[in-house]
Amino acid sequence: MSVTVERVKEHTQIQKRPRKWSKLRSQKALMIMSIPFLVYVIIFAYVPLYGWMMAFQNYKLGSVMVENEWVGLANFRELFQDENFIRVIRNTLAMSLINLVFGFVSSIGLALMLNEVRKVMFKRVVQTVSYLPHFLSWVVAANLIMNVLSIDGAVNKLLVSLHIIKEPIMWLSEQHYFWWIIGASNVWKEIGWSAIIYLAAMTTIDPSLYEAASIDGAGRFRKIRHITLPGIRGIIVILLIMNIGHILDAGFEQQYLLQTPMVVDFSETIDIFVLKYGINLSRFSFATAAGIFKTVISVVLLLAANRMAKRMGQERLF
Amino acid sequence: MTTTTLGRSKRSVADLLFDICNTLFLLALLVLTLYPVMNTLAVSFNQAQDTVRDSTFLWPREFTTLNYSTLFQDGLIYHAFFISVARTLLGTGSSVFCTAMLAYTLSRKEYMLRGPISFIFIFTMYFSGGLIPTYMLIKNLQLYGTFWVYVIPGLIGAFNLIVMRSFMEGLPESLVESAQIDGATHFSIFLRIILPLSLPVIATIALFVAVGQWNSWFDTFLYNSSNINLSTLQYELMKKLQSANMSVGGTAESAFASSKNIQANIVTPASIRAAITVVATVPIIIVYPFLQKYFVTGLTLGGVKE
Repeated sequence: MSVTVERVKEHTQIQKRPRKWSKLRSQKALMIMSIPFLVYVIIFAYVPLYGWMMAFQNYKLGSVMVENEWVGLANFRELFQDENFIRVIRNTLAMSLINLVFGFVSSIGLALMLNEVRKVMFKRVVQTVSYLPHFLSWVVAANLIMNVLSIDGAVNKLLVSLHIIKEPIMWLSEQHYFWWIIGASNVWKEIGWSAIIYLAAMTTIDPSLYEAASIDGAGRFRKIRHITLPGIRGIIVILLIMNIGHILDAGFEQQYLLQTPMVVDFSETIDIFVLKYGINLSRFSFATAAGIFKTVISVVLLLAANRMAKRMGQERLF
Repeated sequence: MTTTTLGRSKRSVADLLFDICNTLFLLALLVLTLYPVMNTLAVSFNQAQDTVRDSTFLWPREFTTLNYSTLFQDGLIYHAFFISVARTLLGTGSSVFCTAMLAYTLSRKEYMLRGPISFIFIFTMYFSGGLIPTYMLIKNLQLYGTFWVYVIPGLIGAFNLIVMRSFMEGLPESLVESAQIDGATHFSIFLRIILPLSLPVIATIALFVAVGQWNSWFDTFLYNSSNINLSTLQYELMKKLQSANMSVGGTAESAFASSKNIQANIVTPASIRAAITVVATVPIIIVYPFLQKYFVTGLTLGGVKE
């Protein structure tokens, strides 16, 4: 009995060793194919994290980083005493929130409407056209938006001819319109694209649910409320969490490209602030501190949202 | 009997009403989406002075191609167009190839470094050094002011990597095994078997990367604004947009501002801007219907938890 066990053990060991060896040999090729990219990502994504040291220093251009004077949290303290920075946080949060709410409502709405269209051709045309702006750059989009909103643009012409306003409005020069213009242009650009994922989720809903509901006498609205919407709840929660993590990201290009000198108080975001102080004014330490603040808040928000989803018993990101 | 028919016809009236409203909403959306594009197209083909007098809507009133010919007389725009094309082709090709190769190794379940490498890449989706440290890195690596700054920093994106890896994991395992028995190396398995089979996902990622390359202006602005030879189409358009924004009030006034100039009696900055906008958009509009059938699958795939 024990002899056989020994034999079997011996046998497997003999088998194992060459297998491990061949595994290692075959992995040499995989290593050659992947390790250069590991080095690449470490350089391009992780070495910049080393640059975070600057935020705790009084960095001088052209100096070696570790040799700079350490100032502790002085840069952060200055940041939070800076009125501009407080205003920039307000703008970022306001525009992100507007984008989040508008974006979600509009794209879910579009997906629901498209889902109810029975003519395949029409559905396809609407979809194709509604994706289109997603593929345009913000530079192009900003140009189109500026044309439409200009003093003799279509929006003014329309509103004047309908007697809603008497005089044409310089939309992009009015501080109080800026956030809403950003929100609306974001919807214009991304509505079709963000609807794709909801539409895909809707196709996985069991058709027999709808049949059963019709037999019970449910109308279209009821079916949407009680079948379609609950059917895409999981994907809505996941996307919400992902977006909350990026809430402080919402906003560089749009704001930078659409802002006019008259609206800077309402248009500048954290990213524009970092660019202005860091690149234009060469205050590297100060701007890095602002960037760190943004990243840290984003990660905290992401983790919080994920935990909340977990507690609510919903699907979650990780 | 009668009640059921009555009930049914009643329901179908509500149904019909719903369909009509729904269709009208969607038609309104079509108009809202297309109008700004059509309007800019019309302006770009309309005689510039006529545009200043009265705004164009969907169709050019006084048709001319002068805006375009003036635009392309500017050697800078011509050059910028080629830089844009070059970065899109080179950037997309290298990025897709490298991402696919890395994704293949990470899709091999037996690979010992599969977990750690995946994690290191996924982590970058949430954590990044930020603008200033990245800017200094580019300077330190001597990429500042070179063409390579368009290609190298964006070589592999974590999101694209995950999408490709998930796709490759879905391919039948036996393909790789049988090729290995035949003595094929991992590199040739990747090149000859996996790459051709991954065409749908490669088309999707290629579209994403190509659109990103074609559309980006920020890297030019940040790293190459002093080197006019490396300017791109989007960056030139962005400069024109900024100068219009800085002159108070936007389009109309900036057009008047330069009418002192005799040249400006023929074209205006607004018309030129419309023409560049069209030039910067046309390549995308040409490419994307071909790839459209792929990207829905690609996006859905990427949306699924990895």
